[in-house]
Amino acid sequence: MGDEPVPAVTATTAASPLLALKGVSKRFGPLEALTGVDFEVDAGEVVALVGDNGAGKSTLIKAIAGVQLCDEGTFFMRGTEVTISSPKDADALGITTVYQDLALCDNLDIFANLYLGHERFVKNATRFTGYLDEIEMEKSSLKLLESLAVTTIKDVRAHVASLSGGQRQAVAITRSLLGEPSVVLLDEPTAALGVVQTKQVLNLIRTLRERGLGVVVISHNLADVFEVADRIIVLRLGGRVATFDVKGVSHEDVVAAITGAEFGAAPDEVEEPT
Amino acid sequence: MSEKEQDTQVSGGVGGTLRRLGRVLTEGRAGSLLVILMIAAIWIFFQIMNANFLSPANLTNLMLQNVAVATISIGVVLILLLGEIDLSVGSVSGLCAAVMAVLIVNHNTSPMLAMLAALATGAAIGLFTGFMITRFRIPSFVITLAGLLLWEGLQLYVLGATGTVNLPNNLVTKLTSTFFSPLAGWIIAVLAIVCMCGLAFLGRARRRRAGLPAGPMRAQAIRLVLVGAAMIAAIVVFNKDRGLPLAVVIVVGLALVFVYVTEQTRFGRHIFAVGGNAEAARRAGIRIDRVRIIVFVLASALAAGGGILAASRLLAVNQSSGGSDLLLMAIAGPVIAGTSLFGGRGSVWSALLGALVIGSIANGMDLMSLSASVKFMVTGGVLILAVTLEAATRLRRQTED
Repeated sequence: MGDEPVPAVTATTAASPLLALKGVSKRFGPLEALTGVDFEVDAGEVVALVGDNGAGKSTLIKAIAGVQLCDEGTFFMRGTEVTISSPKDADALGITTVYQDLALCDNLDIFANLYLGHERFVKNATRFTGYLDEIEMEKSSLKLLESLAVTTIKDVRAHVASLSGGQRQAVAITRSLLGEPSVVLLDEPTAALGVVQTKQVLNLIRTLRERGLGVVVISHNLADVFEVADRIIVLRLGGRVATFDVKGVSHEDVVAAITGAEFGAAPDEVEEPT
Repeated sequence: MSEKEQDTQVSGGVGGTLRRLGRVLTEGRAGSLLVILMIAAIWIFFQIMNANFLSPANLTNLMLQNVAVATISIGVVLILLLGEIDLSVGSVSGLCAAVMAVLIVNHNTSPMLAMLAALATGAAIGLFTGFMITRFRIPSFVITLAGLLLWEGLQLYVLGATGTVNLPNNLVTKLTSTFFSPLAGWIIAVLAIVCMCGLAFLGRARRRRAGLPAGPMRAQAIRLVLVGAAMIAAIVVFNKDRGLPLAVVIVVGLALVFVYVTEQTRFGRHIFAVGGNAEAARRAGIRIDRVRIIVFVLASALAAGGGILAASRLLAVNQSSGGSDLLLMAIAGPVIAGTSLFGGRGSVWSALLGALVIGSIANGMDLMSLSASVKFMVTGGVLILAVTLEAATRLRRQTED
């Protein structure tokens, strides 16, 4: 973890969190995927969103990312009401998402992936005939990776196909930061990673927090959640059933909230598809 | 990184050396080296079979025979990089050549205007194909298979009852019958070598100034020397015959333009991205449908250009123009020279190198007066060899991940 002090990107008052959702509902035909869910993440905070399959995690994340609109609910950025009706809206508000499939082009260099869709040009070149400024992109890629304390990537001209799962995750997260967002949504960032690589990705998430970003992590892995998150929000059957401060809560409490055992419902209650 | 790891795994001795060579050849990184070795082997073989094969006159003919296929192949490379296929490039080249010939002969259009009309016809066909693929999500394989028949039918219709239009001596026929004087050939070669070395030097200097590693100097120097030597050798050979052909300069120039487009521009980067992972490209904000349509337009226009060069060489356009094995040669060439059929990997240079491989085989077998049956089987065998090598490369890459 980088130990140099990183200035906070955003300053928010305690009263209005960085991003807040109030009363979010989403119906798929007769099924209620989300019912009146509130959600909030603050700057410099890692919030883990946990819950069983079909609890509504993906639906909530998609609503924030603007990929799939919710039926009801209001969104607030730093206390101001905003609307998110497309991925572009989310982008403009500084909300970025790293999906589980990472969406990287295996056949391109690391820096080409980082700048994909936002290529830089040599001065005076037009957008169409433009001579790509590979040197500039390469240099700033290295700088960016260094600032995130990603030490596992040395050569940004390597093809993404040759990277390990952890390195790919690092590239995808780094790319999401190019637009200088204030909120980062991570979908299962440690799924299918080995022990060492998981540790590297968790360190990267801590670096994001130190930079003052609001980080939302969806994860099935409670061990990782406990290691990196500040707060845990539990969804069950489309409702927010519990919120824990990660200090002073046990695995058992969280599992109980996820399965609903604590609240008297049978764990094998009807599953709700998302 | 992985290269080093593998090298240490390989044991020493002759077996180790052979295995290492096999690795290098199947890794795909030495792609063009493999093709150059292939061309050398083919040339040596045919020289042994027929002493005229490496004569200046035959080598010049060999180049002129292949300019049309090479031009079409440049467009095919663009399509393959997208992960698509275009089976209609052969008949598009035939139709566009027919349009040009009929305009010149039956309508007294100026050759320049007629050539532009042919290129525009090609571009329009590409626009249609690209539109069908992006708007209706029809696989390119299907729509271009339909196009193959459609455009060939239209070509027969345009050519009319006689089925053959002979071209008078004009600008079009001059394209493949003009040769530079020996001096002009040397000047072009020297300029090309100076530019090549200058660009390489400037590139290294820029990287050094930016504090980035410039890569191994020796490998780059060797490459420059080899390419420079090849250019000098080519000029010597051309000058012993009729001189450097204009058509060769045109095709190499086209290749350079598209090497620049694919490797140095944003549009080129986006072609590779769409071919590598279309969904990722879309999420990165790339308008992937627009990229696809533009590529199909370019490929069909290049096919038209190939048709013009073929007509120029034949001095006519007939019903079999753009037919028979032209399509297969134009697609097989780049694949033999290392462009992936599955998108995202390859280079415009493979169009020229591939055309040289296939053209050399065809020319050599013609000199040996082999029958068409043998020629088809040999070309097919070479294609199988090439795709097997490519598949091996892909498997290795997957296991590396």
